[in-house]
Amino acid sequence: MTDAAPLLEVEDLRVEFGKGADTASVLNGVSYRVEAGETLAVLGESGSGKSVTAQTIMGILDTPPGRITGGAVRFKGEELLGADRERRRLLRGESMAMIFQDALSALNPVYTVGAQIAEQFRFRRGMSKKDAMVRAAELLDQVKIPNAKQRVKEYPHQFSGGMRQRAMIAMSLALDPELLIADEPTTALDVTVQAQIMELLDELRRERDMGMILITHDLGVVAEVADRIAVMYAGRIVEEADAATLYAHPAHPYTRGLMASVPRLDSSRGQLDPIPGLPPSLTNIPPGCPFHPRCAHADFRGRAPQSSVSGDRCRTELPLLRVLEDPAAGPEGHRAACHFAEQFVAASPEEVLTP
Amino acid sequence: MSDPILSVRDLVKHFPITQGVLFKKTIGQVHAVDGVSFDLHPGETLGVVGESGCGKSTLAQVLMRLEPPTSGTVTFDGEDLFAKSGAALKAWRRDMQIVLQDPYTSLNPRKTVGDIVGEPFEIHPEVAPKGDRRRKVQELLEVVGLNPEHIRRYPHQFSGGQRQRIGIARALALRPRVIVCDEPVSALDVSIQAQVMNLLGELQTEFGLSYVFIAHDLGVVRHLSDRVAVMYLGKIVEIGDSESIYERATHPYTQALLSSVPVPDPSLRGKREVIRLTGDVPSPADPPSGCRFRTRCPKAEAICAEQEPPLVAGESSDHPSACHFAEVRQVLPVA
Repeated sequence: MTDAAPLLEVEDLRVEFGKGADTASVLNGVSYRVEAGETLAVLGESGSGKSVTAQTIMGILDTPPGRITGGAVRFKGEELLGADRERRRLLRGESMAMIFQDALSALNPVYTVGAQIAEQFRFRRGMSKKDAMVRAAELLDQVKIPNAKQRVKEYPHQFSGGMRQRAMIAMSLALDPELLIADEPTTALDVTVQAQIMELLDELRRERDMGMILITHDLGVVAEVADRIAVMYAGRIVEEADAATLYAHPAHPYTRGLMASVPRLDSSRGQLDPIPGLPPSLTNIPPGCPFHPRCAHADFRGRAPQSSVSGDRCRTELPLLRVLEDPAAGPEGHRAACHFAEQFVAASPEEVLTP
Repeated sequence: MSDPILSVRDLVKHFPITQGVLFKKTIGQVHAVDGVSFDLHPGETLGVVGESGCGKSTLAQVLMRLEPPTSGTVTFDGEDLFAKSGAALKAWRRDMQIVLQDPYTSLNPRKTVGDIVGEPFEIHPEVAPKGDRRRKVQELLEVVGLNPEHIRRYPHQFSGGQRQRIGIARALALRPRVIVCDEPVSALDVSIQAQVMNLLGELQTEFGLSYVFIAHDLGVVRHLSDRVAVMYLGKIVEIGDSESIYERATHPYTQALLSSVPVPDPSLRGKREVIRLTGDVPSPADPPSGCRFRTRCPKAEAICAEQEPPLVAGESSDHPSACHFAEVRQVLPVA
């Protein structure tokens, strides 16, 4: 394939769970790309499909119950969805690796941490047990675990939460992958440890020029490390832009609602502006724009419209992710799936949402 | 200022570490809460922040009399809480309720919402006569923003945010004066979290509640609290009104915590100073001598290992701060 192909390209990915009337449409056409050395943050709440997308990319989605019903995942131009199991197995670890939220359940409690890392060197690189353990200790040292030569012989329960997450990062980096998917890597950690782990991940990505997909629900973490951000809602990407653009003038009412929901450290008491209602059931996604029942701007709810946005279109016509004319956006542009995105882009983040 | 409704003095809770099966002998103590003092005034919210293992949930358990204290006193409305027994204890339980973190495990899956929210009335029948209970439960559901017609549904038919509302309705049933909230919004998605936080704020105004609000999320705590106590390894290291803690923190641990919180603003990336703590929290079974934070503290000197710093306000700190070298340091970006 040509060199121009991006490191990873996901195109119109569709995944369903269940059968008949209970079919849950978990992914409804997700597209994104990641280049080498770049951090793409995938932001969304529970059930938005961010983890299922990652599992499909890695080829670890449980099928059944899951079903990939369409789309493509290309790694350096190579189509992965039709590839045979052996090829996918070889790519895992070697080309792409993943770290998970809960390191304690991702590590095997009956093997030492070192043995679990060394396993990859033994079976994929044909190293001897002894050499593999030496390499494992080197890796633990690289992820800044103090006293790595001793700790390599310890079991996961002897590690603290932050150290387990470091051990899992070491494991994922063993075979020098080009793409790292981090699924909520710091959600279970305390804030001081979270800062350490995010710094480590960012450092390793820079050193190795890896592409990174950071899956998270934390708007703070995203703002600190992401180059580009994709916001997911009900199995779709509803907005995508570089980090500065997305935070400075979000174009989708959902993104704006998320930002208004976060209590800030640097401002004191007052009402938050939460998004009303609940995310839709994936077995019964509303017609038109999936966000319209919660959207403050779709005026069918009988309220006076807060801007000139009008509602009927929102109920009937699915807004597609399209490129916006946003002069302030970076070279990758600013895309949003809202019929009225242009009006939001023009306003400051707080403006339209405050009645 | 009015008299405190809840007054905690030198509260200590140690858990024994035992060895042996038949003849258990105690080989150590986990110092979960180690000398905590604070006052809670009527209508006030006291935020308690700290990392996992700092003792904030044990504090909640002891305050609710779910665990007996090792030593120390708590007075509620001027009366000694730990001296209460029998009818007096039962009567007090109406005045103080708790909301728990996990909305999935804190509701009995085999009971309907009506049974769960109505159970306090079974235990305290004097609050609502039998014929009146259904109506009372429906009122409570409405107060917390749930559909009163859902009274016959089971917890699994509700989302996480709705379940947390059920837990709040249950806590409100007996019209308590103080509610201890133990990480009430940590398990919720951000848009739902904001809804529940607004609800807690509205209920406080409506019913004149006082909250002890325990959380690890510093943004959430700032948003809801009048005063904030920062805990580390079983001790309060700094306490003061919200503004002085967030704007003029003087304890290095508070400063490190505040600076570690990622700020949702990419334009500040790299411009913010982050105080990185090294290492992990020491084991509460064997806390360091002197100041407990000294093993991770960037300012630690010899005196810190020898003398435990008292929690007092001084020249360099306008609010109590337990550090030999307390000093104000701007850690949050200036808005």
